[in-house]
Amino acid sequence: MAEHRYEEKNDAEQNRFLKYTVTILSDYRLYLLLLPIIIWYGLWFYKPLAGLLIAFKNYQPNLGVWESDFVGFANFGSLVSGTWAPQFWRAFRNTFVISLYGFIFGFPIPILLAIFFSEITRNGLRGITQTFSYLPHFLSEVTITGLVLTLLYNGEVTTGVIAQFLINLGVISETTKIMQNAEYFRPVFIMTGIWKEAGYSSIVYFAAIMAISPVLYEALKVDGGNKLQEIRFVTFPGMAPTLIIMIVLRIGNMLSVGYERVILLYNANTYETADVLSTFVFRIGLEGGNQSIGAAAGMFEALIGFALVVGANFISREISDSSLW
Amino acid sequence: MERQSRSEVVFKVFAVGLVVIFSLMAFYPVFYSFSASISGKAAYETGQVILLPKDVTFQVYKLIYQDKGLWISFVNTLFYTLFGTAWSMFVSVTGAYALSRQRLLFRRQLNFLVVFTMWFSAGMVPLYLNYINMGVANRWGIIVAFGVQAFNIILLRSFFQAIPKEIEEAALIDGANEFQLLTDIYIPMSKAALATVTLFYATTRWNGYFWARILLTNPMELPLQVYMRILIENYQKMFDDMPINLPYAEDSYIFAVLVCSIIPVLIIYPYIQRHFARGVNLGGVKG
Repeated sequence: MAEHRYEEKNDAEQNRFLKYTVTILSDYRLYLLLLPIIIWYGLWFYKPLAGLLIAFKNYQPNLGVWESDFVGFANFGSLVSGTWAPQFWRAFRNTFVISLYGFIFGFPIPILLAIFFSEITRNGLRGITQTFSYLPHFLSEVTITGLVLTLLYNGEVTTGVIAQFLINLGVISETTKIMQNAEYFRPVFIMTGIWKEAGYSSIVYFAAIMAISPVLYEALKVDGGNKLQEIRFVTFPGMAPTLIIMIVLRIGNMLSVGYERVILLYNANTYETADVLSTFVFRIGLEGGNQSIGAAAGMFEALIGFALVVGANFISREISDSSLW
Repeated sequence: MERQSRSEVVFKVFAVGLVVIFSLMAFYPVFYSFSASISGKAAYETGQVILLPKDVTFQVYKLIYQDKGLWISFVNTLFYTLFGTAWSMFVSVTGAYALSRQRLLFRRQLNFLVVFTMWFSAGMVPLYLNYINMGVANRWGIIVAFGVQAFNIILLRSFFQAIPKEIEEAALIDGANEFQLLTDIYIPMSKAALATVTLFYATTRWNGYFWARILLTNPMELPLQVYMRILIENYQKMFDDMPINLPYAEDSYIFAVLVCSIIPVLIIYPYIQRHFARGVNLGGVKG
C-alpha cells in the first residue's frame, strides 16, 4: 500500500517535470531571454553567498573554501568578545553614529531645498540654481574626495582655500591638519555628503510639491493663512507619502554608510571616528588577509542590514499602505 | 491683506536667497578647481586665488597633455563605459522582459530572487574571492562581472508591464515571436525608460573606482578614477615629505586633473539632467 502511494507520488513528480520541460521547450525563446540574467546573478550574487561558508571556517588561501578547517562560530566570537572586539565594536558604533548624524543633518536639507525651489517663480533662476546644486551628484567619489582633500589641505607650502578660510575664521588653528584629525572626520564626511547629494535628493520632494493642487493654496489664502501656515497645512501634508517612503528607505539603509567615500577620506589617524563596518571588513579581511574574520563581520553587517530593511518595510506597510516590494 | 502679502514677500526673499547661496556653494569647488589649475604659482601659493584665476597660465594642461598614463586611463574608462553599459543593458533588458511575462514559470520566485539582491549581499570578502576564483581580475572581468542592478531591472520591468496588451496581441496575430516582440514593440515603446537606465549605468561605470582598484593589477588596464586617485595619493605623500621646486603650484596639477575628470560630465550634463529627473520620478511611481 505504502509502496503504491510512493510510486504514485513519483509519477506525479515525473509528470510535473515533464510538463515543465515541454513548456520550456515549446516556449524556448522566452527562456533564452531569461538565461543571461539567471547566469549573471548566479555567478556574481548567489555563488558568492556559498562563499559565506568561510565565515565559519579558518580560511587558508592554499586550501580553498572547502578544505579549510571548520571552526563553528569562533570567528564571530573573536569579533564580539575576542581579539578583534575593540576594533569591531568601534566600527559598529561609528557606523550607527555617522548614519544617525547623516540622517539628522542630511535628511531635512533636501526637503527645505525643495520647498525653497518651489518658491522661485522665475523659471530661469530656478533652472540655474537646480542645475548647480544637482551637479556634484554626478561627479565621482574620487573627484569629490579629491576636491575635499585638496581644499582642506594644510601643508608647509600651500593651504587649501577652505582650510585657509577656516583658519581666518578662527575655527581651526594655523597648524591643524583637518584630514589627519579624528575630531573633524565626521563633520567633513557628513558635509561632503550634503554637498554631493542634497540638491539631487531634493528632486523627489520637488516633484511631490509640484503635484499639489494650487486650489489648496488658494483656499488657504482665502481663509487668511500666511506663508508658514501654507507650508504647515498644505505643503507638508502633500509631501507626506513621499516623506514616509524616504524615511523608511533611509532606515533600511542605516548600515550602508558609503564605504567608498570613507576609504577615500580616512587614514590611520582618523580610524577612531571614521572606521565603519564595511571599511573594517575591507581593511582586515581584504588588505590584512584575515578573510574569515572579514567574511564573518560582513555577514554580521549584511544580516543586520537585512533585518532593518524587512523591519522598515513592515512599518511602511502598517502606516501607509505603500510597501517597498 | 497688507500683512499677508508682506509675510509672503519676506519668505520669498529668504527662500530665494538661501537657494542661491546653496547652489553657489555647490558649484564653487568645481569653479575654483578650474581657477586654481590655471593660476600662476606665486599667486596660488600666497593665497590670492579665491574665486577667479590670477596670472593665467596653461602650463599644467601642457603637462597633462604629455601624461601618457592619464590618456591611457581615459581611453580605458571610455572602453569600460561603452562596453560595460552595453553589457549591463543587454542583461537588464532581456531579464526585465522575461520577468515581465505573465506566463513565465516560477515568475514570482524569480522576481523575488532579483529583488533579494538589493537587500542582502555576500559581503566584500566572498565577492572578492569569487572574482579571483572566476578569473575576472582583468579588463573583461570588469565589464562582464559588474554593473547589473536590481533597481534598474525592476524599473524596466514595471515599464514593460505598463505597455498595453492590445499592441502586443496585434503583433502576435501577425506572427511575431518573442524576440520580435521585444525588439519591435517593447524596446521602441520604452525609449524614455531605456535612456534613463542607460544613463544610470553609464555614470556608474564612468565613476566606478573600488573594485577596479582592488582587482586590476595591470597598470595598462586602470580606469581614469583609479589613475586619478593614485596621482592624488602620491601628491599628498610628496607634499608631506619633500616640498620640491616646480615651476607651477603642485596643487594646480591635481586641480587640472580633477577638472579633466569633471569636463566630460559637464558636457553631457544637460542631457543627463533631463533624463535623471525623469528616472527619479519613475522610481517614485513604483514605490
